[in-house]
Amino acid sequence: MNKLILGRYFPGESWMHHLDPRSKLLAAAYFILVIFLANNWQTYLLLWVFTIFVLYSSNVSFSVYLRGVRPLLWLILFTVFLQVLFTGGGVIYLEWGPITISEFGLLNGAYIFCRFVMIILISTAVTLTTKPIDLTDGINALLRPLRKLKVPVDELSLMLSISLRFVPNLLDETQKVMDAQRARGTEFGAGSLLQQMKTLVPIFLPLFASSLNRAEDMANVMEVRGYQSGEKRSTFRQLSWGIRDTASLLIMLLLTISMIWLRTETTGY
Amino acid sequence: MAMQILFDGVTADYQLGPIRSPRVLKSINLEVKPGSFTAIIGHTGSGKSSLLKAMNGLLIPSEGYVEVGNTIIKSSNNKRALKTVRKQVGMVFQFPESQLFGETVEQDICFGPLNFGVPLSQAKEIAKEVVQQVGLDPTILSKSPFSLSGGQKRRVAIAGILAMNPKVLVLDEPGAGLDPVGKKEILNLISSWHHERGLTTLLVTHDMDDVATYAENVIVMENGRIVMHDDKRSVFSNEQQLINWHVDVPDARRFQLKIEQEMGIKFGQVCLTTEELTEALIEVGLV
Repeated sequence: MNKLILGRYFPGESWMHHLDPRSKLLAAAYFILVIFLANNWQTYLLLWVFTIFVLYSSNVSFSVYLRGVRPLLWLILFTVFLQVLFTGGGVIYLEWGPITISEFGLLNGAYIFCRFVMIILISTAVTLTTKPIDLTDGINALLRPLRKLKVPVDELSLMLSISLRFVPNLLDETQKVMDAQRARGTEFGAGSLLQQMKTLVPIFLPLFASSLNRAEDMANVMEVRGYQSGEKRSTFRQLSWGIRDTASLLIMLLLTISMIWLRTETTGY
Repeated sequence: MAMQILFDGVTADYQLGPIRSPRVLKSINLEVKPGSFTAIIGHTGSGKSSLLKAMNGLLIPSEGYVEVGNTIIKSSNNKRALKTVRKQVGMVFQFPESQLFGETVEQDICFGPLNFGVPLSQAKEIAKEVVQQVGLDPTILSKSPFSLSGGQKRRVAIAGILAMNPKVLVLDEPGAGLDPVGKKEILNLISSWHHERGLTTLLVTHDMDDVATYAENVIVMENGRIVMHDDKRSVFSNEQQLINWHVDVPDARRFQLKIEQEMGIKFGQVCLTTEELTEALIEVGLV
């Protein structure tokens, strides 16, 4: 329950920490696009160098990042195996019915693995170095143009920030309820699948009940303090775009140019 | 038969996400006598709740071992030992009403006994019995626990633990958040249950008057260690040291100290309750 790294904030004073959330989010989203430019080992190498540079500049230890990847490892491996087993082409090493292990399959598997891991690492780097509240402010700012299309951007970002705010509480509470039910003789992770599913009821019901109560309290408190949806709101925390932010977007641009150059140099298209 | 609890060099910590939290229990040695009523006091974060969890196998020692009755909890434990311990040790958490989940009160109270292999018909009988013991009407059994008042929920939650018929009862501030009358009723209930059934009871509390009224022995915790474990009168006799541990004294004792200081006299004994203080005052001829 406490092993979840994604969505946690590590306080610090690094270059990454001082970036504006908007530039971080933009850069991360852009990086995911850039990843799809890579098509051979030279370009993937460049992306790895860039990723490691980003992780290094966040000043959070690498083991934390590895722990962030670990829970998703099975999903990644599953996808990689599908790629490896069902992609043909190049030298074929093994063939058994529809399953083939080929040169292209292995290569594709490796590339997909790299893509997954890099995307997770970069997005973890963003969430580890950004306070959840800044993250939602950043998302709010980036979504602002959608207001013209009558999308309730402020309400959405408020919902997001409230949910993020209560994630730690929910985790604590889950732990507490689990302990309480353990003390009453529940064994988690034992018995048949059906029995295991039954042990979840005594956890989820109290959690639902307390979450609903909390939501009601929260709504009342907000109303008492004069909150009304749809009003134009000022913000307490102002986002400020600095030279660093422009610089990091320029770095992203540089990365794109180098990627395209490497691609054409090595593969010709 | 009452059970003894033994801690031998117990050190434990929580694994909290990427950061391993500092030790919450530091080489604890403790012997709780069978049939005793012990209060655990100490500053917030001193390790009181962790000590309770260690008795129930919810916090496994990284070093040393805990012995409850004949069962040993240590880092290399199997699940069966934990289940044995949990059957014998009933643990009432802080705000236990947050663990209620049953469709009916009866179902919730039966949950513990059923987990420990009591047949359904028998569990229902037990539920009927304990619900009256905690001062509720048996008609409540068919109601949803979510429809009850705060005090009733608390009683149902405690009934759910008592229904397991534990030999050891550990409680983490069972009176927190209740009105004074409700709190007193709950503690009286626990106290009489303790005496009737000959349990070994441990109670975490912040209210020193509760300690004075209900407990026999006191464990003072500070920074993950047990700094004192003694008869309650000896513990409260040394108020200077208690201040260092951020621990209060009972009202009567504070009043006694004040009188002693003002009048320049010394009473024969440490008074913990109003009655004791009144008697002492009569004895020295002040009343």
